Amino acid sequence: MSDQQLPMVGGMPGDDPTSRGGERLGAASQFVETERPHSAAQAHFDAEPILEVRDLRMYFPVRSAGIIRRTVGNVQAVDGVSFQVPKGGSLGLVGESGCGKSTTGRLITRLYEPTGGSIEFDGRDISKTSSRGLKPLRREIQMIFQDPYTSLNPRHTVGAIVGAPLLIHGILPKDKVLPRVQELLEIVGLNPEHYNRYPHEFSGGQRQRIGIARALTLQPKLLVADEPVSALDVSIQAQVINLLQEVQREFDIAFLFIAHDLAVVRHFCPEVAVMYLGKIVEIADRDSLYDRPNHPYTQALLSAVPDVRQAAVGGRRERIRLEGDVPSPINPPSGCRFRTRCSLAQEICARVEPPLLQIGKRHKVACHFAGELGHHPERPVTASLLGVDDTGTPDPGASPSIEVGNDPGYADTWFDLQRKTMAGA
Amino acid sequence: MTVQASNLESEHLPDPTGAPESDIAKIAGKSPTKLAMDRFRRDKLSMISFTVVAVYVLIGISAPFLVKFGVLDPTGFNKELVDPSTGGLPIGSYGGASWDHPFGVEPGTGRDVLSRLLYGVTFSLTIAISATIIAIVIGTVLGIISGFTGGWVDSIIGRAIDLTLSFPQTLMLLALSSMGVATVAKFMPGGESDNLPNGAYVVIVLGLFGWPGIARIIRGQVLSVREREFVDAAVLIGASRRRIYFKEILPNLWAPLLVTFTLTMPAYISAEAALSFLGVGIIPPTPTLGNILRSSINYSIGDFMFFFTPAFLIMVIVVSFNLLGDGIRDALDPKAAR
Repeated sequence: MSDQQLPMVGGMPGDDPTSRGGERLGAASQFVETERPHSAAQAHFDAEPILEVRDLRMYFPVRSAGIIRRTVGNVQAVDGVSFQVPKGGSLGLVGESGCGKSTTGRLITRLYEPTGGSIEFDGRDISKTSSRGLKPLRREIQMIFQDPYTSLNPRHTVGAIVGAPLLIHGILPKDKVLPRVQELLEIVGLNPEHYNRYPHEFSGGQRQRIGIARALTLQPKLLVADEPVSALDVSIQAQVINLLQEVQREFDIAFLFIAHDLAVVRHFCPEVAVMYLGKIVEIADRDSLYDRPNHPYTQALLSAVPDVRQAAVGGRRERIRLEGDVPSPINPPSGCRFRTRCSLAQEICARVEPPLLQIGKRHKVACHFAGELGHHPERPVTASLLGVDDTGTPDPGASPSIEVGNDPGYADTWFDLQRKTMAGA
Repeated sequence: MTVQASNLESEHLPDPTGAPESDIAKIAGKSPTKLAMDRFRRDKLSMISFTVVAVYVLIGISAPFLVKFGVLDPTGFNKELVDPSTGGLPIGSYGGASWDHPFGVEPGTGRDVLSRLLYGVTFSLTIAISATIIAIVIGTVLGIISGFTGGWVDSIIGRAIDLTLSFPQTLMLLALSSMGVATVAKFMPGGESDNLPNGAYVVIVLGLFGWPGIARIIRGQVLSVREREFVDAAVLIGASRRRIYFKEILPNLWAPLLVTFTLTMPAYISAEAALSFLGVGIIPPTPTLGNILRSSINYSIGDFMFFFTPAFLIMVIVVSFNLLGDGIRDALDPKAAR
């Protein structure tokens, strides 16, 4: 075994128990499955969608002070978001703080009741289900929380936390709960003998594992991971991400992965949606989004990620600096919400909201001047499609040539930006 | 990756700290409660006050039995021990203290003071504990509902708190005492002049007017606890509202509750004394620390011993309970500045 060049490739190294190398690697891999290396997650594009979100909206009312609390405005936290998550796949949701990505996650787990739109899970709409009707749904959709220090009740033992879902749903009799809890702790890489310890006795990474075990207890089909690693330090982040990948493969769980760390999302999600101020501005498969971003906001986000390869070559990539702050979601800008900070913005951007236009097989972007960095078009590509002229005023001569829909999935034909015509596979 | 549960007994995963097999049994963690108790035990003042309170409680529990078996005699007259010529003052120094009556005898009647005091502790503590429990139960339930539900429920409970706090409860307690006692007596065995309705009236009024402060404290705590993600997690695993209130939130409230309990108790012990002074509450011959003190006021110069002992006992229990409350608070929240 010592002459084997890539010991990680050919199955478990511990296959030959007498070799010293096997012992060494076997000890290192006691918790971590090493049959497959932790490569980036692969796409499940052909799988049926398990979650289909259509035109989801969440407005939080802003009330005036005083006795009669009139509604004086709405925080448009999520405003018309549509996407799909395939069975056993994962969709990443990225964006800066306050863009509505966490709210989206909480809508899908129905911690909030949406103001509008539909959430179709496994073929039925759950956006209006009553809190009583939600109980069976709770077994199917679970959540991993951001902060492992507040997501575990400090007064309950780990066993009580992980076992509670089994008792609440009456899945197992009381005396069968403990073995199952220990099994789950083992799956997430914790010592099963620690079931009667309290959360404060664990580190942040271990606590996050407990949170994952709790989410797995009901064997959900969809896990909403709301920034599951952003409270952890980098070395622990990798372990937890690997664990999430393992449970995804093992139990065929679909993930909605909410994060602001683009590198983590790139590793975990074959498909990524970028949100800005309550709307999806660009959604695409991993390669399209990271290699050929078409929205100026995505380009700015990606330019802010440090690039090791660039550092090796020397020199610096040009960084796009966004001026100003995110506008208030109470009173968002007209037309395109990004126009106040966009270097490409023209008159049309203030008048007409750009539709989420499909520009590739699995690539949609919401920008009038969509194009790869440095190749943005001079004239709005969407004008002719929307039936307006280049300044955004309605053009009586032109007729809208596309349905400006907000469909969650992808169509078979799309608008080719180079040739400015519809194209297909 | 899955492991048969039956294997777990025999095959432990190697512990990172390398704990030997025999230590596995001790692996049970220390709960936050246990840690707080360890801190409490290290604080001398807390332990002293705890001991004093424990002694009082022990006295309170055992006194009725001692009375029943004739060891204590709080009601028997000893006319031969008082001197009618001095207006009934006890014969002898220190209020007529002797081996038979270590704390002396009551002026006028010659009843044994020690017996009356020990038996009085029973009634004083019973009244204080009952009133505290009523106040805490109402305050906690309303506080949790108010804090967790929010909205108009919160507003209504908030206004009820304001209204109750602004109500002149002592005046009402005095003005309505005869009517109140009569009303209470209807639901209880015994007549209007009996002590059971009298005591119950004090308990009910103290309890019914004591909850608003507790409800406010609990509401504030709930507001901070409910924003923590474990409450959302409980909602997501399908926990009922009741489970969330009492299994998830309440265990996180028992620190402030315990402190509130130990700080409300002394307030009600002195309230009972004050009300006795004003003529509301349990009346002699049944002793309470309050009504003993009241009857001793007239003898504060003539028989200082008789006046001093009940006042001293009340002072000691009130101070001890307050110190105990402070000690518990420090133990439960070690980060708070002293």
